Amino acid sequence: MKLHFSGQDNLRNFKQFLSTFDTTDSSFLSISTDKKRIAVHPAYLALSAALAIKVGKDNSTITSDTPDGIQYLSQMGLYDFLSTPSPTPSSDTEQSGRYIPLRIIKTAKEQSAFIADFVPLLHLPEDQSRIVRYVIGELVRNVLEHSCSKDGAIVTARYYEKSHKVSLAICDTGIGIWHSMSKIWHPKTDLDAIKLALTPGISGTTKKEGGTFENAGAGLFYVRSIAKTTRNYFLVYSGKAEYLLYKWDKRLKLRYTADPFKEEHFATNSAPDFPGTLVALDISLDDTPEFNELLHKISTTYDEAIRERRRQKFYTPNFERSNR
Amino acid sequence: MRKTIILQNIIGDFGENKDLARTIRQKDIIPTIAQGDSIALDFTGINGATQSFIHALIAEPIIRYREQAFENLFYINTNDSVSEIISIVYRYLQESFTEMEEN
Repeated sequence: MKLHFSGQDNLRNFKQFLSTFDTTDSSFLSISTDKKRIAVHPAYLALSAALAIKVGKDNSTITSDTPDGIQYLSQMGLYDFLSTPSPTPSSDTEQSGRYIPLRIIKTAKEQSAFIADFVPLLHLPEDQSRIVRYVIGELVRNVLEHSCSKDGAIVTARYYEKSHKVSLAICDTGIGIWHSMSKIWHPKTDLDAIKLALTPGISGTTKKEGGTFENAGAGLFYVRSIAKTTRNYFLVYSGKAEYLLYKWDKRLKLRYTADPFKEEHFATNSAPDFPGTLVALDISLDDTPEFNELLHKISTTYDEAIRERRRQKFYTPNFERSNR
Repeated sequence: MRKTIILQNIIGDFGENKDLARTIRQKDIIPTIAQGDSIALDFTGINGATQSFIHALIAEPIIRYREQAFENLFYINTNDSVSEIISIVYRYLQESFTEMEEN
């Protein structure tokens, strides 16, 4: 497999990034980079780490001549997954910046410890860290509970001080969304499965409205709505499908929709096949309303979606026409 | 009789670990509600929680015991976001009651 990091690898350009993703030979991973500049969203790092885990560290390499980029990739812990030695001494890669290097979480206990630890790393005030903790809590739990990945959840995040934005990604090498949703819903394609997973009230564990004792099918809907509210991108990549929620245009009134395909988005079902799941998003902390207010707004859409699906199952009157 | 669970002692300052939610639910909440007693979940010191955590904590007693659960479950010192999440779970569970009865 081959990947290429460029100088513009943000979520908006994920489609272009995937166009360089060569899956012809899945026995190795070879990463190349732009010669002048590397700017890589955590999503790309998490995906690269997941692929490196799949093929094995000994079969994963990176070739780069970009000093700043190498420093960044080293800080973010990518070299730990590759056989290529880090050109940056470990003393230079302390976690002093506002970023969370690639980390693997395999248990609920590790998840709790991670969520408690990372807030000081990002230096965020408590009220702003709450939304980030919420998102990571939901996404990591999804991996632990639904992905069946023996490699756990691969998590990384970065805080951009200038734009006051947190970019984060969670990736796994598990069964993918299609397999996870197929147990109950039988989606035809990977993209159909992503649509189901993003629809409020649809859980991969039951067809019942309201969910089971353990799951309600709300987690990913809330996360995508949080990205929308804070005017940011939200990405899901699993199997051959990519779904990218576009930034909400601030000139338009903010409205949440249950159907992810009714949002402004890009979707494809012909991406290079990735046997796992990547979820990534940005959260602008400046544009975030009070968290409880945000949850209230999103929950109204959730309630309506549940009601609407219930109504779809209602009997309708049998009207007939007679010629008399 | 009313039992009180100090959640901070069990989950720390943020509710996201559904395994712990399940343990509290099965060990404390369900047996108490089943007996017809009250239980108070004390959220003092809890900054936030995910919807998944709150669902895992209270959905089963509400689905199984309905009015008995509504009357006997109490929440102490929840902040605004935790109150909102608990309210969300209450709303969608009650929305789904009709379907559950049909099944």
